[in-house]
Amino acid sequence: MEKRVTFNERWLPYLLLGPQIIITLVFFFWPSGQAIYQSLLIEDAFGGNSKFVWFENFAQLFRDNSYAHSAQVTVVFSFLVAAIGLGVSLLLAVMADRIIRGATGYKTFLVWPYAVAPAVAGVLWGFLFNPSVGIVAWMLQGIGIEFNYVINGNQALMLVVIAAVWNQISYNFLFFLAGLQSIPKSLIEAAAIDGAGPSRRFWDIIFPLLSPTGFFLLVVNIIYAFFGTFGVIDSLTKGGPAKATEILVFKVYNDGFRGQDLGGSSAQSVILMIVVILLTFVQFRFIERRVHY
Amino acid sequence: MTRILLSSVAAAAVLASASTAFAQTEIQFWHAMGGNLGEAVNAQIEGFNKSQTEYKVVPVYKGSYTETLTAAIAAFRAKQAPHIVQVFEVGTANMMAAKGAVYPIYQLMADAKEPFDPKAFIGPVTGYYSTTDGKLLSMPFNSSTPVLYRNKELMQKAGLDPNKPPTTWPELGEMAKKAVAAGAKCGFTPQWQTWTMIENFGAWHNLPYATKQNGFGGTDIELKFNSPAHVKHIQTLADWSKDKTFVYGGREGRSTALFNAGDCAFHIASSASASGIEKALTPEKVGISMMPYWPDVIAKPQNSIIGGATLWVLQGKPAAEYKGVAKLMTYLSSGPVQAKWHQETGYVPVSLSAAEITEKAGFYQKNPGRDVAVMELTLNPPTENSKGLRIGNFVQIRDIVDGELEAVWSGKKDAKTALDDAVKAGNDQLKRFEAANK
Repeated sequence: MEKRVTFNERWLPYLLLGPQIIITLVFFFWPSGQAIYQSLLIEDAFGGNSKFVWFENFAQLFRDNSYAHSAQVTVVFSFLVAAIGLGVSLLLAVMADRIIRGATGYKTFLVWPYAVAPAVAGVLWGFLFNPSVGIVAWMLQGIGIEFNYVINGNQALMLVVIAAVWNQISYNFLFFLAGLQSIPKSLIEAAAIDGAGPSRRFWDIIFPLLSPTGFFLLVVNIIYAFFGTFGVIDSLTKGGPAKATEILVFKVYNDGFRGQDLGGSSAQSVILMIVVILLTFVQFRFIERRVHY
Repeated sequence: MTRILLSSVAAAAVLASASTAFAQTEIQFWHAMGGNLGEAVNAQIEGFNKSQTEYKVVPVYKGSYTETLTAAIAAFRAKQAPHIVQVFEVGTANMMAAKGAVYPIYQLMADAKEPFDPKAFIGPVTGYYSTTDGKLLSMPFNSSTPVLYRNKELMQKAGLDPNKPPTTWPELGEMAKKAVAAGAKCGFTPQWQTWTMIENFGAWHNLPYATKQNGFGGTDIELKFNSPAHVKHIQTLADWSKDKTFVYGGREGRSTALFNAGDCAFHIASSASASGIEKALTPEKVGISMMPYWPDVIAKPQNSIIGGATLWVLQGKPAAEYKGVAKLMTYLSSGPVQAKWHQETGYVPVSLSAAEITEKAGFYQKNPGRDVAVMELTLNPPTENSKGLRIGNFVQIRDIVDGELEAVWSGKKDAKTALDDAVKAGNDQLKRFEAANK
């Protein structure tokens, strides 16, 4: 016997979907459309002089060395944030999963950083590593490491990666922990009886079963690194020194809002939009195949 | 993405100005002065509101300069602009190019039949914001100029006479080296390096920043700040950084933290930083004097240029309301109001009379060094190179220069390569600006 709920009313599903569709149209499609239109214009910020220039804004970007540089920084930055963020939180989750006493306490502490806004996280880390008053910078100096992220581009990049990862670890941790707890104990026990050690059990049983969670987090983390880290960068380095931490989304903001170059900035957001669509597509198309549900 | 922000800012602006219907004509004034400065602005506006009954000016703090400008642009595009908006000096060329958006001050004053004499103002203060034939476009509000601060305590420790500030760069270098040798963590650090070490360095030595009178004569210009004198100066600082005679403390005003902590012997910073610096180090330890110069570049320094912000009047309101705006401008630029502002904040006054009032009140005797800024600005009649800067996409160009200078401080590039690269990248920005405003 078929058990299926059906709606007789034709308009009811549309009505129920309506609010979601309206929100999507108003807050996603409309602004995206505006960005695409704006990216074909060169105009002054007040809108007095407006000129339709076809793809001149895009051509300009591809001629501009600093745009290529920014793209390169974004790739390095996103890779580091996603890789370190996922690696560390998986380790923490596996550890927290094994703990029997005081587990709630550890979990609570590990979730805390997520409650800190990215901009605040940036300020905190900046203060710790501040070359003149920061306590960590001072300690590093004690062991002979000159840490000055105000001048040194690699150190600045390292610092924004640390701050961005730290801010995101809790989120990853929660999902990994939930994923671990949903793995049937019987499978692990069976493997143990067959003589598999902890490391073998992890790689052959836990890791594959965790892969849907891992895949989801990979997508989320890359999008986070692309967009969500703006606050960290703005409060820590403002893209400096010498553009060493200028990721694409920061350049969009900097050119559009500080520089009042709306056309160029919109062209950058359009490219960013395309990149993220492609990236998500590739992830679902190719990586998802290897994921076991 | 940009549009979401713009339209939500605009929506907020609509809400903010929705309640504008009283017997008194309301004038919206958006500014970017927070904290103590914000209170000083509110006091000025309150003074104006009490001085007459016809108009009521409503000051609204809109965040940083950038946030204020963005909010005003969004509001203007939504046809809900304020009457007056405070814009930083680097936005000048972009504001001028915004055809149909701004109402030039000289025209506003003439239309409102408000008495107005541009000659009463201090040349380099108003010159920065005037057309080539001297017509004032926006009203200077908070202007400052870089001055040299010295830490007298560190000088004493190094066996130097704390009351004898260095007047040339070689002298400063020698003194800073001695201070470092005597244990100071840093000899010299500048604030707002693009403004102090490139832009003002040029004006002070009568060197051009860009062609066509630093951009006053047109938008088809090229940058010129990679002259041998500029290169030599930046290279000297880079060489000094090896033994901490020079220390880079970060962009904008971040390096002031180093001087305020008592780490540095010398600091070139905005005259408006005076009260903050004196609060941090106690006034007895701080000396203020004119910026040093290179004697092999110029025999005597020219004059300095300003930084800060001006008040721009936006188009699109009824003529009757602009009458009130004109009255406010007259009030704000009057001697006593300017003198009070100058003494409280450290910003330079727009008019000479305000400086005289301050002098007569004995303020400079009680606060030695506070007159240095006006002295620097009025040292000589401004030349084409020292009148000010009118550079399109200036925000981006400053970012480029900041980045290239950082490459020098970190040893990645030598001064010549970095300045050449900055000029090249900056020229691309200028071409883009020219194309947008043809």
